[in-house]
Amino acid sequence: MSEISLAQQSFLEEKKRQRNWVRAARILLFLLFLVLWEGAARTHLIDAFIFSSPSRVYNTFVGMLLDKSIFLHVGSTLMETLVSFLLVILLSLLAAVLLWLCPLLSKVLDPYLVILNSLPKSALAPLLIVWLGANQKTIVVAGMSVAIFGSILTIYTGFSQVDTEKIKLIYTLGGTRRDVLGKVVLPSSVPILLNTMKVNIGLCLVGVVIGEFIGSRQGLGYLIIYGSQVFKLDWVIMSIVLLCIMALVLYSLLQVLERRCQRHV
Amino acid sequence: MDPLLTLSHISYSYHDLNGETTALSDISFSLEEGRFLAIVGPSGCGKSTLLSLICGLLEPSEGEIALNGLPLKQASANIGYMLQKDHLFEWRTIYSNVTLGLEIQHRLNEHTRKNVDDMLETYGLSSFRDSRPSQLSGGMRQRAALIRTLALEPDLLLLDEPFSALDYQTRLSVCDDIFGIIKKEQKTAILVTHDLSEAISMADEVLVLSRRPGRVQKKQPIHFEMEERTPLRCRNAPEFKDYFNLIWKELNSNV
Ligand SMILES: Nc1ncnc2c1ncn2[C@@H]1O[C@H](COP(=O)(O)OP(=O)(O)O)[C@@H](O)[C@H]1O
Ligand SMILES: [Mg+2]
Repeated sequence: MSEISLAQQSFLEEKKRQRNWVRAARILLFLLFLVLWEGAARTHLIDAFIFSSPSRVYNTFVGMLLDKSIFLHVGSTLMETLVSFLLVILLSLLAAVLLWLCPLLSKVLDPYLVILNSLPKSALAPLLIVWLGANQKTIVVAGMSVAIFGSILTIYTGFSQVDTEKIKLIYTLGGTRRDVLGKVVLPSSVPILLNTMKVNIGLCLVGVVIGEFIGSRQGLGYLIIYGSQVFKLDWVIMSIVLLCIMALVLYSLLQVLERRCQRHV
Repeated sequence: MDPLLTLSHISYSYHDLNGETTALSDISFSLEEGRFLAIVGPSGCGKSTLLSLICGLLEPSEGEIALNGLPLKQASANIGYMLQKDHLFEWRTIYSNVTLGLEIQHRLNEHTRKNVDDMLETYGLSSFRDSRPSQLSGGMRQRAALIRTLALEPDLLLLDEPFSALDYQTRLSVCDDIFGIIKKEQKTAILVTHDLSEAISMADEVLVLSRRPGRVQKKQPIHFEMEERTPLRCRNAPEFKDYFNLIWKELNSNV
């Protein structure tokens, strides 16, 4: 490696200092929030019965850990989210391929997809419960319903934006429409696919929680609704915190996957 | 013997909602095996359309195209088409890029692999076999694109402004490069360009197309008195200027 000039060195150091500062500030902000919250609850500035407090949330969590009920709730929300996420990716990919293969079909269906996508999807959840019954399958479908239409549209748009000259290349090499799909359209849509996945994981989680609100006896969504009804707000806030953590972890996993793929593209 | 390629009275129109665009009108010419034909004409006069017709991606609205005396559809001859940009896929290595055509046509075997390996070796790309396209210079990418086309062992090679994406200096050397490869592989070729000097420096014959709708305005045989012809040497030959002026006048005669 070549010599780094002094100016560049100090620039890099400055950047690094800045990055560390930001990281420290983030953590401090979080700790400050916890301290203020806990302090306010202890000094009765806020009513801990309604607003809970970090220690109460922690104790609730440990309690549920000990009686193992937390595994049931977190597990089922996680399971439902993952299943609906995988189904959304699979089905929307299939649908986008189908639409790409039949341009006429895509023309016919386009307005329907747009309308279904702009619908507030939580409106569908009660209907789904009535139609399909209050079970895990319904929750999974509710999760899917939030993400699938947008996912199909995004992936299909990605497909149709592939450079026509690249497609022409495949034909000049004697390829068929199937080759165009397999050699150009799918590989060049990988970044879009990964991006859609990152969006979808969050949407599926939203859909699943909505589903659990109205049609479940387990899961974090159920815990939130039940907790608020019986004024166990420690449950509610703990569930919200767990949902945050779950969203963060799932998103990070996809980011790792994305970085893996980028190295190969 | 029949010429390798014959076009008789070819016309082509594009149709869309805004109306009809006649891109080509009454084009006729033929090309003997081993010859190098250059087609020049202003942008939008239908040069790319003509190549798409010859390689069968489009069907002429009128007229016939024959390869070795047979209609295009029945002819068994192989046509290689090199597009303006290299379109090497970043998600493939150079090797799997140049074998893309063979892969599509299910012709990857020992013989074709060896052929590709030899070409990569001869044309200085073997050390980039496993590199990604972005690691190559513009000239090397163009060479890789040509090898991808040649890997299919085409009888006729179509080149659509293959140097226009390169800057002037690279362009001159890549031009020499590609010309050398085509001559070495003894290919019959049609080069399409809007650059008159490029056409004269490479071709045995220059076909001048008029503005849209493109018609054949002039056919000019080109001959240079020299032992080993290369485009760069041709540019410096005394005949070059004469040919240039001759065709230049023709290009501007009916503007
Ligand atoms: N798909 C298309 N639909 C309608 N018109 C087209 C299409 N492709 C090309 N044209 C028109 O046909 C003419 C010839 O195009 P082209 O063969 O690409 O010209 P050139 O390669 O000489 O620049 C242009 O005027 C262009 O606008
Ligand atoms: Mg063109």
